[in-house]
Amino acid sequence: MFTARKKGRLTALAAVAVGAALALAGCGSSDPLSSGSGGDSDEIVIGSQAYYSNEIIAEIYAQALEADGQKVKRQFNIGQRDAYMPSLESGELDLFPEYTGNLLQYYDKDATETKPDEVFAALQKALPKNLEALQYSPATDQDSYNVTADYAKANNLTSIADLANVSDVKLGGAPELEKRPYGPEGLKSVYNVTVSFQPTGDTTVDALVAGTVDVADIYSADPSIKSKNLVTLEDPDGLFLSSNVVPIVNADKADAIKKVIDPISAKLTAEGLVALNVESVDDKKSSADIAKKWLTDNGFLK
Amino acid sequence: MNLFGEAFGWILDPANWQGSSSIGGAILLHLYYTFVSVLVASAIAIPVGYLIGHTGRGREVAVAISGAARALPSFGLILLLVLVLGVTRTAVGAFIAFVILGIPSILAGAYSGLQAIDRRTVDAARAVGMSEWQILTKVEIPLGLPLLVGGLRSAVLQIVATVALAGYVNLGGLGFFIVQGIPLRDYSQILGGAILIIVLAFLLDAVFGLLANAVRPKGLDTRKTRSRASRPAAAVDTPTT
Amino acid sequence: MTWVLENLGLIGSLSLEHLRLSVLPIVVGFVLAIPLGWLAWRYKLTRGLILTVTGLLYTIPSLALFALLPPLIGTSFLSESNVTIALTIYAVAIMARAAADAFGSVDAGVRQSATAMGYSPWRRFWGVEFPLAGPVLLAGLRVVAVSTIALVTVGALLGIDSLGYLFTNGFQRRIVEEILAGVVMTMVVALVIDGLLVLLGRALMPWTRGHPTKVSRRSPVPNAVSTGISPDGGGS
Repeated sequence: MFTARKKGRLTALAAVAVGAALALAGCGSSDPLSSGSGGDSDEIVIGSQAYYSNEIIAEIYAQALEADGQKVKRQFNIGQRDAYMPSLESGELDLFPEYTGNLLQYYDKDATETKPDEVFAALQKALPKNLEALQYSPATDQDSYNVTADYAKANNLTSIADLANVSDVKLGGAPELEKRPYGPEGLKSVYNVTVSFQPTGDTTVDALVAGTVDVADIYSADPSIKSKNLVTLEDPDGLFLSSNVVPIVNADKADAIKKVIDPISAKLTAEGLVALNVESVDDKKSSADIAKKWLTDNGFLK
Repeated sequence: MNLFGEAFGWILDPANWQGSSSIGGAILLHLYYTFVSVLVASAIAIPVGYLIGHTGRGREVAVAISGAARALPSFGLILLLVLVLGVTRTAVGAFIAFVILGIPSILAGAYSGLQAIDRRTVDAARAVGMSEWQILTKVEIPLGLPLLVGGLRSAVLQIVATVALAGYVNLGGLGFFIVQGIPLRDYSQILGGAILIIVLAFLLDAVFGLLANAVRPKGLDTRKTRSRASRPAAAVDTPTT
Repeated sequence: MTWVLENLGLIGSLSLEHLRLSVLPIVVGFVLAIPLGWLAWRYKLTRGLILTVTGLLYTIPSLALFALLPPLIGTSFLSESNVTIALTIYAVAIMARAAADAFGSVDAGVRQSATAMGYSPWRRFWGVEFPLAGPVLLAGLRVVAVSTIALVTVGALLGIDSLGYLFTNGFQRRIVEEILAGVVMTMVVALVIDGLLVLLGRALMPWTRGHPTKVSRRSPVPNAVSTGISPDGGGS
């Protein structure tokens, strides 16, 4: 039979397969989120959310630290807050661009502060000891309720409170908005506005423009607020927590990071952040190019 | 394990069976998307499959399509179609994706059902003077039914799994509970949604298993090797999205 | 096209990441499935058990399985291990059935001859059964590889980066080319791996070269990606 002769080859295949499996099992366990990759003491590991705007800010931090001669490792697109906060707390990540209000809510679901200073102070208290919040930036990227210009005109709207006079309001936003404190329930309790909720997720802006929903929760730094001529409703009673961009750092490395990042936070404005997002969404540029240009334009890079 | 207790608590909580995103509504919507998509996919795939199976022509093309379809990432296909068609036609985009994903299994079930028939049976039918149409409707289709049902079964499972992903494009269905639960860190809801999807998939699988037995013609040779034949080749062994 | 040209680096690194996430489930699934498939083929009792369990496993939708694993095995809800383990489970589920069919496809006469020549069961397995089951095993492995590579993308819903990142990111930024690039590259990766497996099969099983019909009579499934594994076994 011809088979006996081939035995060697097949056995070799099996051996290779097992060997490869073991080798890869080694690689596989080096899960960036669960094992200690932050062992290198002078390396700064920077994380970012799976949100293009957040990634741009992280990239700005990274390039600025590199220009300062520090060793940087990028670990971007880590997805949800729930995925990366444990890694920050355990010291695997050293620096992360965050948002004061949203992060405060992560630690304290019932937080009542709404003004930037109050939110920041509360956040500093809420953070675990080994994490530090650097000075927050004037740039904000927070939830806001928006309507189309036509809808605002037709219903005479300038503030969220005005919605109380409109009947049959459909609210669109990320799926989780339905259960957020500033969602339908908050609208009812703070402004006595009754809405029906429709999850619109990443297509929220399109849904608002198409008229599928009447009011949409859109991040304030979203370029489409301007490009689609949307009206952001005022929030006089503080339904939303103010949410400024804030670098969260590993306390051990705070000093080295602070001197580079603080000037950057000061320079980054709300309009500036929108402009960065425009470059990503409209010009489809990569975060590295956008960051480089911003740093150069603002005198951080030559 | 406590989490499972909480997940069942979430499923049984009457509050979650009311309002705009109720569990009952999500189950119905999930079934609605699934069955409409399977019906449309069948309307396309069964006639084509029978044509291939009866004439024996075009099999290579069908086989190649099934192969390519297996490599197609269904999640990407949904997002692509929804983005291209626009937000007012989200459901249409998703339906097209579901139909595309359902076609290969049904097509394979239809043509392999015909091809698995002993050629002598077909020759005998021709010898007793049956027309081609009679051969197809009186011999081939009944004998091919078990494999066709197997193909439908695979398509249904594939689509049930893909509809779960449609929660990401705001179409509702049971996947929505997972998609909404992740940012809320509501693990009982995530797990509850997952359990419901799995139960739905198991139940549909069981229904089609029974159906496959029911449609097996009585005179058909049911040797041991044939007993699992309710699942056609290209169709089955793909995990569901 | 411009988006693609300006992001070749990103596409490349995500493709590698995608491959890294895919390889472990494929290889481990194959290795684990061989003994399971053999047990399923050899004993009636284990056959029913193994085929029923694997049949149920691959009925589970992936998004649900990704979400089900953490409380079962104690991982974080957004850990990469969930995706790796879930895909390994699918791989075993498909491959065990394929392996059972593969061992069933080996001619009983050949097996008996080997025994008659004095082969011990162990030597007979590696020297006769395993090589002769090779073509059907390879067919199964190809199905496993291609579907695993397609399924990795669902991990993007849970923040696990692969080419699936291009789906969610492209959807957020409304860039059709980005999603399209993800879809096409996923299929390219699958196709390349499938091609490599075919070449590997030819190198290791030279006797199958040029005789596709011979194999196909034995099992109706010579061409995995195209026809898939026939759970129908070699019978018919």
